[in-house]
Amino acid sequence: MPGLDALPFPLPTVQQIIFVLIAGMTVTGALITALAPNLFHNALGLVLAFFGVAGVYVLLEAEFLAISQVLVYVGAIATLITFAIMLTRGMMFGRTSSTNRLMLSAAIISVLFFLVMTGLLVSVAWPEAGAELASSEQMIADLGELFVTTYLIPFELMALLLLAALAGAILLARD
Amino acid sequence: MQHWSTTLTNFFTGLGLPEAAALAIAFIIGATALAIFAPTLALGLIWITRKIVSRIQDRIGPNRVGPFGLLQTVADAAKLLSKEDISPTEADRVAYNLAPIISVFGVIMSTTVIAFAPGIIGADLHVGVLFLVALGSLGILSALMAGWSSNNKYALLAGFRVIAQLLSYEIPMVLAMLGPVLLVGSMRLQALSEFQSLEIAGFNIGLGWTAFVMPAVFLIYFISALAEGEQTPFDLLEAESELIAGFHIEYSGMKFAMFFLAQFLNSFFLGAIAVMLFLGGWQGPFVDQLPILGVVYFLGKSMLVYAVIQWIKGTYPRVRIDQMMAFAWKVLVPMVLGLILWQMMALKLPAPTWVQYAAILIGNLGAIAWIVVILNRHFLNEEVRTKRAFEPASLIGTMQPAPPSGD
Amino acid sequence: MVPLNWYLVLAALIFSSGLYASLARRNAIAALMGIELMLNAVNINLVAFWRYGEFVEQLDGQVFALFVIAVAAAEVAVGLALVISVYRSRKTVNLDELDLLQG
Repeated sequence: MPGLDALPFPLPTVQQIIFVLIAGMTVTGALITALAPNLFHNALGLVLAFFGVAGVYVLLEAEFLAISQVLVYVGAIATLITFAIMLTRGMMFGRTSSTNRLMLSAAIISVLFFLVMTGLLVSVAWPEAGAELASSEQMIADLGELFVTTYLIPFELMALLLLAALAGAILLARD
Repeated sequence: MQHWSTTLTNFFTGLGLPEAAALAIAFIIGATALAIFAPTLALGLIWITRKIVSRIQDRIGPNRVGPFGLLQTVADAAKLLSKEDISPTEADRVAYNLAPIISVFGVIMSTTVIAFAPGIIGADLHVGVLFLVALGSLGILSALMAGWSSNNKYALLAGFRVIAQLLSYEIPMVLAMLGPVLLVGSMRLQALSEFQSLEIAGFNIGLGWTAFVMPAVFLIYFISALAEGEQTPFDLLEAESELIAGFHIEYSGMKFAMFFLAQFLNSFFLGAIAVMLFLGGWQGPFVDQLPILGVVYFLGKSMLVYAVIQWIKGTYPRVRIDQMMAFAWKVLVPMVLGLILWQMMALKLPAPTWVQYAAILIGNLGAIAWIVVILNRHFLNEEVRTKRAFEPASLIGTMQPAPPSGD
Repeated sequence: MVPLNWYLVLAALIFSSGLYASLARRNAIAALMGIELMLNAVNINLVAFWRYGEFVEQLDGQVFALFVIAVAAAEVAVGLALVISVYRSRKTVNLDELDLLQG
């Protein structure tokens, strides 16, 4: 539209606005997970963070990964974590503090880490825009092909790992 | 056929709007239409349920409010709206209020990928089938939140049971969904519906249903959908005489209405997914010439499947929780795994397509025959065990003499 | 287009939150939640570098991210089973009170 070219800063594109919204949701979820005193609120914040990360994958045009993220993380891991919270009743005995004696040093380390990383990241000249992607349907087929050709051994090892985790978890959690 | 958003966008750009605004307005109209469609459909579904179940139970059902009782659901909604909104004191505010919203949200989100007609689909995702599976996990999450935040032991226990049921039956459901996806080679729901056409003398009569090739997989999906939608015979949640009302004990008024709405819509949409995957979707005669007929065929088939689900609801008793879990893990999962393995091997045979389909059909029929044989043996055993087969044909000569009177 | 460093800064932020949660929380399950956040941040990094890299046709970034998701699932299952087992014998999941091995 004419008239807006005279602004001193460039207008954000629609993609950038959507990214800021989804990133805001993810960061809110992550901060609730880290900082809220109520354990169940932590679990809800974690679910929000998982959905936000799935949104980031959709923005990065990795659809299959986004749906797998929701399926595995929200559908299974968040449910597991909430079950464990309910079964251990860690939040029901008194209103003790939710942080341990390492809180101050952990906070300093986390903030320092974030500042160092951000300082490093904004100082590098990354490529501006990615290349154009092929059709997503072909990408799913290519993913499947990769799993059974180049990454066959990690795939089979993953199956073995999941089987071992399954057996181990059942054994550990039995009476 | 062109995607509906393209048609609408062209209409708006023809009116002189910029491209981005036309696109935004077209999608807002589509989203609003879907959001209005779902609850309106629920009104009709509740009426259908009550009429069918009441006729099976030899009574008339609602017939006072409106013609044939059609406005009964509106009256019920008004009653629920006017109820006092009671919350338990110690309930977790955030989770307690969020649970019904997430429940309805997950169900209405699934309307976006349903293929109503050749060009009418909300978003033709390349991972459409997987998206529908992922939305089931939202329902599990809302049940968890409702059960925990009600601060009620019974709600928590009922929540555990419901989550165990939903998680256990999600596995055979997902694997059964894999059957048609393997056959068609795509997870796009439009591709699945387009595949199920049948050309006879150049005319598409739309009867190339996947269910004709894999009836056992369709049956397994249908049973798992019954369990996922918490319908009889797996409706432990609705069993008002057992454990009161399940995880929504502490919910009243509009929040309960949201759970209710979500449950009805969920069972309808699971039936709609069965129609899309197995029963041809929007396929039918004359769909190529008049694409809007696809909506009629699709909704008609979904309503038929929903009526069958309600028919089952009025006929069968409930199963116990341990019978239900045993059935899921010990019967359905091995069966569907075996069927999918057989199908994968059949699809890799170096033979023409119809030979592969025939092989899949033989495998499915073999699985059904095996189950029938085992059931037959089981019933015979039970008959022998309860000694009914050995009852005498007539009771004459077996009567005991009357006890002496006056003692 | 969204610049790449926005995604990386987001991942750094989530990673720092996860780091804080796993170091400073008293409850064992909250610490596990922090680990999950860190794994998610790493995944965002992987997928962002795949998308903005030179070889977008090779889907190795996505495959790596899928493996990370699967490993996270296995790890959280075993970790939570351990936590439940510890709760059964010690009646607490407070990390400050689980100090039997402390010298």
